[in-house]
Amino acid sequence: MELEKLNDICSQVRRDILRMVHANSSGHPGGSLGCVEYFVSLYFVLLKTKSQFDMNAIDEDVFILSNGHISPVYYSVMARKGFFNLKELSTFRSIDSRLQGHPTPHEGLEGVRIASGSLGQGMSVAIGSAITKKLNNEKNIIYSLHGDGELQEGQNWEAIMYASANKVDNIIATIDYNKKQIDGSTDDVLPMGNLRSKFESFGWKVLEEENGNNIESVISVLNEAKSHLFKNEPIVILLHTEMGNGVDFMMGTHKWHGSAPNDDQLALALSQNKETLGDY
Amino acid sequence: MEYIDTRSGFGDGLLELGRKNPDILALCADLTGSLKMDKFKSEFPDRFFQVGIAEANMMGIAAGMTIGGKIPFTGTFANFSTSRVYDQIRQSIAYSGKNVKICASHSGLTLGEDGATHQVLEDIGMMKMLPGMTVINTCDYNQTRLATIEIAQIFGPVYLRFGRPKVPNFTDPNLPFQIGKGIKLNDGNDVTIICTGHLVWEAINAAKELNNKNVSCDVINIHTIKPLDNQIILDSIKKTKCVVTAEEHMINGGLGDSVAQFCSRNFPVPIEMVGVNDSFGESGKPHELLIKYGLDAKNIVSSVERVISRK
Repeated sequence: MELEKLNDICSQVRRDILRMVHANSSGHPGGSLGCVEYFVSLYFVLLKTKSQFDMNAIDEDVFILSNGHISPVYYSVMARKGFFNLKELSTFRSIDSRLQGHPTPHEGLEGVRIASGSLGQGMSVAIGSAITKKLNNEKNIIYSLHGDGELQEGQNWEAIMYASANKVDNIIATIDYNKKQIDGSTDDVLPMGNLRSKFESFGWKVLEEENGNNIESVISVLNEAKSHLFKNEPIVILLHTEMGNGVDFMMGTHKWHGSAPNDDQLALALSQNKETLGDY
Repeated sequence: MEYIDTRSGFGDGLLELGRKNPDILALCADLTGSLKMDKFKSEFPDRFFQVGIAEANMMGIAAGMTIGGKIPFTGTFANFSTSRVYDQIRQSIAYSGKNVKICASHSGLTLGEDGATHQVLEDIGMMKMLPGMTVINTCDYNQTRLATIEIAQIFGPVYLRFGRPKVPNFTDPNLPFQIGKGIKLNDGNDVTIICTGHLVWEAINAAKELNNKNVSCDVINIHTIKPLDNQIILDSIKKTKCVVTAEEHMINGGLGDSVAQFCSRNFPVPIEMVGVNDSFGESGKPHELLIKYGLDAKNIVSSVERVISRK
């Protein structure tokens, strides 16, 4: 797909995120906005999926979202890709919706294979899915996304240790490296030191991309990651992103992690992101 | 009477199942010998996963393995199968509707000498509260072996609870194991004794002693605590008009709790509960512990006498 079209999708996805969170005055816009280029690259360029959703994902790639609170970007991109009706985005976080505050397969939403929200569990799930791919002799890829603050949860490190020890080399994990979490910067809350050297010392192949909000850069690093697959090492991308990216007043702060814009703030934010594909 | 541990029933059942179904996988958190998973491991090394001392990761990996149609069986002690990993089970397995079989040895007090850190007495309660979770507590080797094979036949999460010590192997190995169906072990008219796990044997002995005192007991083995076999309970209490429950678990949240809920809503009768009364366990020999914590046949007898007096 052409770069211009991908950027148009990004702009529209940002509008979707802002409008979804505003409509119910609830949700997590900051991390969602920061991960737009990752999701659009993944779903519109890299991820191999079938037209009909199949929970077992036979002969297709799998995406596992671990930091489930960024559900707005997940839902928007899946709807824009055609997993479910775009109109359903208007039900986000409302009663009787399949678009729960945090993603779940429990309500039968096409595209979601695991619940997330309670943090730190997705790495293990991604590894389990990767093992089954190997058992089934499938060459498909498991992609997963994790918050950087989420790495404070200990289960991640059990999983990270397991993956390298067992040569789980069909997985590309990405860390949304925005260095922010609810209470402030990750360095203020709980400094995590050098993530690259931590992953390397656990036996992972580490790639790092400074421009996580540039679609070309994201596609490029994901493609580079693919070139390292099936070489006895799990792969992680430290993807530097900006929380709140695309909305000037939401950037440079952790305050929009889990707060919704009011009417005026929404209007301002939307004015900075062109309607390209039509609002839902 | 042959004495054999229920965990060997799990190990043998898992091996048989593995031979029949190539989708069966087994995961263990550094307790392969204790869980009797060695035979499966040696026969199916590619389908056995040693995760190390990392139970949370084990539950997550098991959940992920189901994507693609595998049926993972996790094996560790009951405490590390439940309370240590409750949130992982809740979100990644139960809420996500994953077909994971959580198999737990060393449940209750009778793991013995290791003491209270390992003696989880709340696991049935925790697991039965999870929507969609099937909860099974087996009473001997034969029943555990059959249950292990049978739980692969249903889709969805299952908690299978068994134990460490050698106990009498008394159930019929040819009796089909039916998930959600109680088993009548003795017919009587004066009281219904509803029992599960290791206390089934104690209940049988209590019924014999009571028979000598001219008290006849309906003895029902409930191996599936959720979903509960309401019909077999109702049919019995309509006849006997009183119930004693017996389990190696906290009274709060256990089988007795489920039976009391059912009775109070449908056919209120006096009920007494044999179980651990809001207390941690301690080190000791299995039978010493059953006696000290009031989980032996003698206490079932006195509970029966008390409940009959309340009719």
